[in-house]
Amino acid sequence: MSARRTGTRLDIFLQQLVNGLTLGSVYAIVALGYTMVYGIIQLINFAHGEVVMIGAMVAFSVITVLAAAQPGWPAVAIVALGLIVAVPVCMGVGYTLERVAYRPLRKAPRLAPLITAIGLSIILQHLAMIIWSRNPLPFPQIIHVESYHVTGNPNGATITNVQVAIILGSVAMMGALLALVYRTKLGVAMRATSQNQQVAGLMGIDINRVIALTFVIGAGLGAVAGVMVGTYYGIAQYQMGFLLGLKAFSAAVLGGIGNLAGAMLGGLLLGVIEALGAGYIGDLTNLCPLSSWSTTIAERCESDPNLTLFGSNYQDVFAFFVLIAVLIFRPNGLLGERVGDRA
Amino acid sequence: MSAAPRSAADPAPIERHPLLAKAGFVLVAVVLVLLPFALTGIGTAWVRITNLAILFVLLSLGLNIVVGFAGLLDLGYIAFYAVGAYVYALLASPHFGLHLPFWAILPVGALVACMFGVLLGTPTLKLRGDYLAIVTLGFGEIIRIFLNNLSQPVNITNGPQGITLIDPFRIGSFNFAQTETIAGVTFTGPIKYYYFLVVVMVLIVALNLRLQNSRVGRAWEAIREDEIAARAMGINTRNMKLLAFAMGASFGGVAGGMFSAIQGFISPESFVLVESINVLAMVVLGGMGNVFGVVIGAVLLSFTPEVLRYTVGPIQQQLFGRTLLDPEVIRMLLFGFALVLMMLFRPAGLLPSALRKRELEANRAPGNG
Repeated sequence: MSARRTGTRLDIFLQQLVNGLTLGSVYAIVALGYTMVYGIIQLINFAHGEVVMIGAMVAFSVITVLAAAQPGWPAVAIVALGLIVAVPVCMGVGYTLERVAYRPLRKAPRLAPLITAIGLSIILQHLAMIIWSRNPLPFPQIIHVESYHVTGNPNGATITNVQVAIILGSVAMMGALLALVYRTKLGVAMRATSQNQQVAGLMGIDINRVIALTFVIGAGLGAVAGVMVGTYYGIAQYQMGFLLGLKAFSAAVLGGIGNLAGAMLGGLLLGVIEALGAGYIGDLTNLCPLSSWSTTIAERCESDPNLTLFGSNYQDVFAFFVLIAVLIFRPNGLLGERVGDRA
Repeated sequence: MSAAPRSAADPAPIERHPLLAKAGFVLVAVVLVLLPFALTGIGTAWVRITNLAILFVLLSLGLNIVVGFAGLLDLGYIAFYAVGAYVYALLASPHFGLHLPFWAILPVGALVACMFGVLLGTPTLKLRGDYLAIVTLGFGEIIRIFLNNLSQPVNITNGPQGITLIDPFRIGSFNFAQTETIAGVTFTGPIKYYYFLVVVMVLIVALNLRLQNSRVGRAWEAIREDEIAARAMGINTRNMKLLAFAMGASFGGVAGGMFSAIQGFISPESFVLVESINVLAMVVLGGMGNVFGVVIGAVLLSFTPEVLRYTVGPIQQQLFGRTLLDPEVIRMLLFGFALVLMMLFRPAGLLPSALRKRELEANRAPGNG
């Protein structure tokens, strides 16, 4: 924020870019969860955002308890323990979702699993609300946030250690996932199942196991993303998964749903678009340059030079417009292949 | 209510027993006419609650066109309700100083909602159904964000404070909000609205029944069952889907306008995602595509929160000495479970339409259900 007031235009831009990339890495990780499930069974797992939320909540509880009980422990260790607990919990949730609600409906018409998914999402949200209360929970500020300057300018754009950790962590996870899908036997089984379930089954692949594992892996990634969001914003709430999920899904569509590299690209792009959009929409829609057109505008600009049509409170709208634009102009996404309708 | 003599196994009992059907209709009509007075006996609030329930019936019937008839999952349906409500509020309140009569505004609200429906549907309807679900979900949120923020730089929606002092319905000197005594019977405001709503509801139910068996209705059904086959049969699938979307939206718009007038106050808080899910749960519970089923689903789920409010709280107070679970939370959990369990065990609804049942169950592989 200090960069806003004293930095140059370039510094402001860089700062938005850094913030956007951080947020984008989180979107990318969540988007991977959507895209993996979609790639393998052509189902939008509506409840994925809720898995992310549960990850954040569980980590919150662990971190709060540990930070109070063991104040001497290093912050990194406490957060890591939070992760170690959150990931298996979310994996369990992911597995349960698949087993209870999606597997029985795998052959049902499309509408059925979509509606179940919404129902599950509601159930998870409100269970979380019962467990963790409806108020936003403050993450304990145990990590000492340090800022590093990106450029030489001492008032310029900065990047914090938390942001670095989030970006590096997501890159590492994406790398690991790509290695899993393209270098291991399980990866081969997943790709085979996504191409044709029946034939994959005939080749000796246990389809149910592969699909369940896909859910589990996606949920594990979601848990990590939840912890990242929680520590980054310092807050967790039972409704946080909804908007995050919506945005991550938009990211997955932007990159081409079903495509792993696409989800990563889409996530990063969406994060940057959102940050830049929120940062610049106020300037772009400033009405004061139009003062010569209308006296009303001129009069209002006298008293308020920041008379804008849209402000940064429209930040959450960008993901949606990106989604619509992609669906109109490139429905298969940036990296998606053209596929025909499956009857 | 009116569906009571109908059963799923026997799809056309009404045609077979015309006398019974007539008796049933008369019975339902008598109940509908006398209901508000019976409810006033329990408590005046119940007439208001019934009015809201009827509004939800109208909403569910609108969503049923989209989800049930045409098989398009719309998760932001409440946005059209919001559009209708705000159109009415802006044109009939001191906010802009406009006070147009309701019979002029309701069609405008329907038209504007319909335009939003087309606007939203055009880019998305040629795509796969799941995209539509997400886009409508986002659309619902967007409308709410705009309603919340369009108080700047020009105050259009008055932001989170909402719009107050919205005009009630008026025909000449007949004001729907005032209590009146006609022929010795006292008609309070809510009771007058009740009769208006019942008339609208009956009209819309009739419209839906006719629609379902019309050329358009059969085209929707064909699209729902197999879009590619429908296209091969010469149905313009995109226009038909757009029509379903626009029609559903305009129903929502009309209901929204009436909501505005009855409440006299609206704010973006009334149009959150939960309400969309609420309406969807009503449609799913009643049986997608089944008009009478949807009516029953809507009535059941509209009264649930009220019943919960009067039972769950006091029971917990007695058992534990304090309220552990908010009735609101229990309601949402119930909705969630309703959606999941209905899809798993009774995908065609509590009262399935015969065709829908066959379709939803034939596809399930043995050993999977």
